Amino acid sequence: MGSREEKSAVESQSFAGQAVATRDAYGAALTELGKRNEKIVVLDADLSGSTKTAKFAKAFPDRFFNMGISEQDMVGTAGGLSLAGKIPFASTFAIFETGRAWEQIRQTICYSRLNVKLVATHAGITVGEDGASHQALEDVALMRVLPEMVVIVPSDGFETKQVIDTIADYKGPVYVRLGRAKVPAVMPADYKFRIGKAYKFHIGRDVNIIANGIMVSAALQARELLSKEGIDAGVINMSTVKPLDTEILLDAAKNTELIVTAEEHSIIGGLGGAVAEFLSEYHPIPVKRIGTRDTFGGSGKPDELLKLYGLTAEDIVKTIKLALGS
Amino acid sequence: MATVTQSRDIEFLKEQARTVRIEILKMLAQAGSGHTGGSLSAADIVTALYFYKMQHRPDNPKWPERDRFILSKGHAAPLLYTVLALTGYFDKSLLGTLRKTGSPLQGHPSSKMLQGIEVSTGSLGQGLSIANGMALGLRLDDSHSRVYCLLGDGEIQEGQVWEAAMTAGHYALDNLCAFVDLNSLQIDGRCEDVMKIDPVAEKWKAFNWHIFEIDGHNMEEIVNTLDEAEKIKGKPSVILAKTIKGKGVSIFEGKVQYHGLAPTKEELEIALKELGENGK
Repeated sequence: MGSREEKSAVESQSFAGQAVATRDAYGAALTELGKRNEKIVVLDADLSGSTKTAKFAKAFPDRFFNMGISEQDMVGTAGGLSLAGKIPFASTFAIFETGRAWEQIRQTICYSRLNVKLVATHAGITVGEDGASHQALEDVALMRVLPEMVVIVPSDGFETKQVIDTIADYKGPVYVRLGRAKVPAVMPADYKFRIGKAYKFHIGRDVNIIANGIMVSAALQARELLSKEGIDAGVINMSTVKPLDTEILLDAAKNTELIVTAEEHSIIGGLGGAVAEFLSEYHPIPVKRIGTRDTFGGSGKPDELLKLYGLTAEDIVKTIKLALGS
Repeated sequence: MATVTQSRDIEFLKEQARTVRIEILKMLAQAGSGHTGGSLSAADIVTALYFYKMQHRPDNPKWPERDRFILSKGHAAPLLYTVLALTGYFDKSLLGTLRKTGSPLQGHPSSKMLQGIEVSTGSLGQGLSIANGMALGLRLDDSHSRVYCLLGDGEIQEGQVWEAAMTAGHYALDNLCAFVDLNSLQIDGRCEDVMKIDPVAEKWKAFNWHIFEIDGHNMEEIVNTLDEAEKIKGKPSVILAKTIKGKGVSIFEGKVQYHGLAPTKEELEIALKELGENGK
């Protein structure tokens, strides 16, 4: 009896204040969603143990479809399921989902505006030891360029859980980018995720850091470090990269002389790209982009890789101080 | 809008197919571009589906109990548009807008722009996966609806087709029936010269499908096979239809250049005469 209660408590968890890998939050959220909504179906391409869709598969074997190692077919099949009135979540590693199946996503999902949720895990260099072949640093760019696509990069487990619940009710294609490694909790307990709505922790006087994913945590640390040196840095979690919350962005840009973007993704075409594109047209001010710099990842421990690729709080601090000339 | 008149009468269906060919050629000539050969080669098959086999309601395109048709070889759009117009999905006059700026009759089918189109196609190799997903979803709901999918023979050179073939076999999708329009030609030439696809039947068999091999211009055979395919349980069915590209008009038949060429005014005249347009 006691263990059963404990189990159900675990399954309805919100992940507020909890350090957890976003993929774990996904697996739990999806399974809960499956209980509430019979239309939810899940597809995976032989990585269900890693993407955590296996949890859903165990609970709802009839609504889980392992497609084998065939991402293109998985995306098309998800499209067909949506046309039969289901709400398909299709998962695999980010690079295979967005890269291998890009044209299927364009032609089948976006052009017909199908109600398919592409939730990919193992994005970014924190994949770690598997190395460059498995580290998507281009996925946000690949998805952002597609008409009709919504692109979301949650920052922690709590936000991920809300993102999954929210997109199930949204009609249309969505890409969600999740990670492999455990990440600290960053979002406050009263946070409510909404598509296209960024969250401002604080608007800074000297600089505003626009971050998403694991870089929100790094940005918050950078803010602490900078405050000790008398620099007031704001932090905004731009978890929805598309559509971009231009209102908050303009507010952030008008209050400072510098915008810094931070993402675990190439500085080309991702969050940094989106912010720079928007500001250059509507409120041109200096923008510094932190991310991987036109390069592939590599093998190693996630923490070591973050240092190697310049994705730590210290790197954000250094970039800001250089740009401000202080 | 009129509800479609359906019949199993072979003479009725042949007459419908003749009309379909005439309308395809007229719309292509008017558009000045488009895919003649592959629209004509599959005309008998698609006519049999819409005028006989499929449960569908042109006045209610999203009727949940309808059978579904996916034109995986999306370049045969003129064929699909014609059949949809003639069965009452939209006014026939719209056919004259094919490929024109702003027309819902895009060069390749767009489901957002035209009712009756289940899903947008045009990039080859993607339709069978979509059909599989529909079949899986319908089966989850214990639906009696069936899913039909038409592929080209050049199209099966796409790798995704075989991923999808594997999936349909693995999930034993017996509510799915695919056609391969074996007209032997693709843009760059004969399939066997561009990229050999033979042996086709053995390939589908190896992927756990039930095989039918037919003459894709013999209406009686098409109709009988569609009935037989419905009885196959525990496996998806594929109807390998031997066809002639450009079928019905001697100047287009078996000519690779008419894959993507529309008839000129003069060619249209010859074609309409051959199809007996003015005679009836």
